[in-house]
Amino acid sequence: MAEIVVRNLRKEFGDFTAVQSSTFTIEDGEFFMLLGPSGCGKTTTLRMIAGLELPSAGEILIDGEDCSQRPASQRDIAFVFQMFALYPHMNVRRNISYPLVSQGMPRRAVREKVAEVARILDIEDILERPVGGLSGGDRQRVALGRAIVRDPKCFLMDEPLGALDAEFRERMAEELRALHDRMGATTVYVTHDQLEAMQMGDKIVVMNHGVIEQFGKPQDIYDNPATLFVAEFIGSPSMNFLPFHGQREAGAREVALDGIPAGVPQLREAFEGDMIYGVRPEHIRLSDTAAYRGEIVASEYLGTTQIVSLITPNGPLKARIDAAQRAEAGEAVGLEFDGRTVTLFDQASGRALKTALNEGLGHG
Amino acid sequence: MAEVRLNGISKAFGATLAVDNVTMTTPDGAFVVLLGPTGAGKTTTLRLIAGLEQPDRGEIEIDGRSVADLTPAQRNVAMVFQQYSLYPHMTVRQNLAFPLRAPILNTPEPEIARKVAEVAETLRIAHKLDNKATALSGGEMQRVSIGRALVREPSIYLMDEPLSSLDAKLRSDLRIELKRIQASLGATLLYVTHDQIEAMTMATHVGVLDRGRLVQFGTPREIYENPVSLTVAGRLGLPRINALPADLFAGAPRAAHTIGLRPEHIQQGEGEPCEVVRIEHLGDQTRLHLRLAGHAIVTLTDIHTDLEPGATVAIRPRNALYFDAQGARVG
Repeated sequence: MAEIVVRNLRKEFGDFTAVQSSTFTIEDGEFFMLLGPSGCGKTTTLRMIAGLELPSAGEILIDGEDCSQRPASQRDIAFVFQMFALYPHMNVRRNISYPLVSQGMPRRAVREKVAEVARILDIEDILERPVGGLSGGDRQRVALGRAIVRDPKCFLMDEPLGALDAEFRERMAEELRALHDRMGATTVYVTHDQLEAMQMGDKIVVMNHGVIEQFGKPQDIYDNPATLFVAEFIGSPSMNFLPFHGQREAGAREVALDGIPAGVPQLREAFEGDMIYGVRPEHIRLSDTAAYRGEIVASEYLGTTQIVSLITPNGPLKARIDAAQRAEAGEAVGLEFDGRTVTLFDQASGRALKTALNEGLGHG
Repeated sequence: MAEVRLNGISKAFGATLAVDNVTMTTPDGAFVVLLGPTGAGKTTTLRLIAGLEQPDRGEIEIDGRSVADLTPAQRNVAMVFQQYSLYPHMTVRQNLAFPLRAPILNTPEPEIARKVAEVAETLRIAHKLDNKATALSGGEMQRVSIGRALVREPSIYLMDEPLSSLDAKLRSDLRIELKRIQASLGATLLYVTHDQIEAMTMATHVGVLDRGRLVQFGTPREIYENPVSLTVAGRLGLPRINALPADLFAGAPRAAHTIGLRPEHIQQGEGEPCEVVRIEHLGDQTRLHLRLAGHAIVTLTDIHTDLEPGATVAIRPRNALYFDAQGARVG
């Protein structure tokens, strides 16, 4: 079990800076997500925690001990890769036993440990099978088994579900999280899939271009994105961005979209210039009486809800509404925004303006 | 455009019955999505219609005529595959024009230019017409390969998971796009996927396939609200429907073996006490993982709930679906 502290961590590859200066703390027992698009520096960060890359600057403390310049073998971590690397000529049991045997653990102890891991992963019935004929899911379970069997201080996982198909990924994600809840080991997990991050993580770090854009609990990040990038990356469909120009003093509770008042959480700073009104699809209601109008372009049925695409004076917009409500393409409708949930952004910098909703939350 | 009728078609590969006595009518102008897991027979059905495979039994009619003796080319169908297959040494314009230059069609050049421009406009790739196919992003390449199907004005379009290799954002854009194009052309389209979101959002009709059999055919809403079996009920809806022993709650019909409860059909506050196992915050919804007498149940709750693992929540079914021991719907 371990707490991992990352301080001012930086990594350069020649002229390219993969990680600028990351600082965050992973608490003991946490399921921690490094989330971002490809090239954002998340895998490099994970590889530095593992000791597979040495940082250009900064510290990594595992349980209070600085190990940033130590090789992987001296860090007591277990790494699970996207491509499950199993020994093809060995059966499941020998694959899982291997890390213990190579540590010189006595045979009887290895047997007991493997039995325990097989029970946790529910693969007792395939222990004597060759790994060649296994399904993708079973192979991934065996790879996990090999990581768990050593009782490492923490698990580092690099998109372990990335190669699986959607339906199976959902199941494995649940399994992994349940496994974590049983074992309680600190886990650092890299993914580019925002849903996976929301679903499994206790905390999320959102990275972009080597910089941490935001760090926090999944729901806090969703409700209060610190930047336009985070707001667009987290949530599906994404938050709607309605650009407008305006000037507001601190204390204001509304802005004007196309000349029509639209509510916002009380502003804690003054701003003048180009702004973006950020509103999530589920915080928009179709209403006949609302003054702000849009035209329906398409609607997508999703069972209990539907996603309605519209064109508004401030650009395209998607609303998530009840599936029972009528929404026909071509129809002009009024739109009501739940102002209490809105985030306002400075269009130029992409930064969220301070409001009653997001004050006090740590940003990047 | 044309109606497509399948009358009792079957196709086996060795000992595996890939398509088992499927009868289905795709009305003229319909967007039919064949939905099912890997190995359900979706792609084989599509290939049988295209003429890339011959059925062992049964008959296929396109526009009222049997196509048994027609080659794939004579059937006048356009097919789009999951993997876009463009000619890498050609420009987008040349790729789009290629199907029209087939000797059998003998299309005049001005006509080709007009069609290509029109399709490029529809697919919003007009500004890329003179780019090499290899200089496009994945989404653009897939749009070009859809465009190659569109230029031909075939009697039907057949698409085999055309969006599955694209990233999530692009997929959601192209879903709307494809639906819009199909509607504006009035095209008959058969579309294969294992992605339930695509099925629900695009289809006028969904055909659910399971081990080669067509188990239900209807509008997305009919299939979601009124599934004929537990298998079908599990194919649509996220989180998945909860399948539990029928006697877990009072009020099940006599024949019921399993109660199917969609997450939104569980009422909280009264009924059977459950233990909260985990709370999953997905942003726009919060999922509650419960345990009742050893059974896992997933339901939705208030987005900013203050429930914690270990708490107790009482639940009661609402609008439950019931299934017999074989999984057939009984109430």
